[in-house]
Amino acid sequence: MSNSLRNISLLTAVLLGLGFGLVFFYAPLDADQGFIQKIFYLHVPLAIIALAGFIIGGAHAVRHLRTGDPIHDARSYVSIHMSVIFGVAVLLTGAIWAKASWGIWWEWREPTLVSFLIVFLLYSTYYPLRYAIEDRQQQARYASVFAITAGAFVPLNFIAVRAAESFIHPRTFATANGGLPPKMQLVFWVCLIAIGLLWYTLVRFELETKRTRGQLNRLRRALDDGPGPPRSGPRIAPGATTR
Amino acid sequence: MPALPLDEAGQYVAAAYLVFVVLLIVYVAIMAVRIGHISREVESLADLAERRERERQAVGQAQAADSVGGDEKRSSDEATA
Repeated sequence: MSNSLRNISLLTAVLLGLGFGLVFFYAPLDADQGFIQKIFYLHVPLAIIALAGFIIGGAHAVRHLRTGDPIHDARSYVSIHMSVIFGVAVLLTGAIWAKASWGIWWEWREPTLVSFLIVFLLYSTYYPLRYAIEDRQQQARYASVFAITAGAFVPLNFIAVRAAESFIHPRTFATANGGLPPKMQLVFWVCLIAIGLLWYTLVRFELETKRTRGQLNRLRRALDDGPGPPRSGPRIAPGATTR
Repeated sequence: MPALPLDEAGQYVAAAYLVFVVLLIVYVAIMAVRIGHISREVESLADLAERRERERQAVGQAQAADSVGGDEKRSSDEATA
């Protein structure tokens, strides 16, 4: 593990601990929802980071199509993969909050919930699309096109939801009633940064694992060539140490 | 709906944070398994590399012995002549 990855992992752990500590020991109780509102500091950052991750995946896909460099495809894939996992957490924490707040696990008439589910299901089709194609280059190209199209859909979807009439779900960052009090805002931003760092750290871990696995495969192929006479110059995995 | 009493609300809040922690632990466990596979793969590659090196040395020694044997035979032939 590289030093930067170790440092960023430690920073993530510290910030997550600090954020959750602030949620329970510093943030005031919500006048309307009471203690149940504490889920807000987990659920909303997860949702924002998941959606941002989908857009980042699209941005890497653009770079992949422009340069043809497989590292951008790997970054796009891992960004989307991590955001899908975060999306699962968003749906589960949201359902728990909905049950506590509204008495129901899910509300089909609420545009915010349904639109997030649509985005989540859309990205869930990324895996079968990707792995249905055997040719690696074609697979990467098609996956990139999907990531760009779906990535463009995310902000459009967000705008559409903001424009739609809310059924029961409150609008995050709504300023109609004065928005969040400063103490809650501080805690929210710490949690948002912590969850964002967690996403970034996990993406880095995933990419590092993929890179190591690729290097090992190259090494295995090179060693499987057989003993033969000693050769001069670099023979094993010429690109293994790059990036 | 009115705000839930603290004991009931606490259960929901705990459940939400628990879901997050469990997902994180599952992910870390999957990563640990994958790193374990990579570690075993590294060990097997190290063994393979050592074996290859020994084979290469054995081939080199055999070639050297052949060339020494050939030189001795050549010089004894010359002496006889």
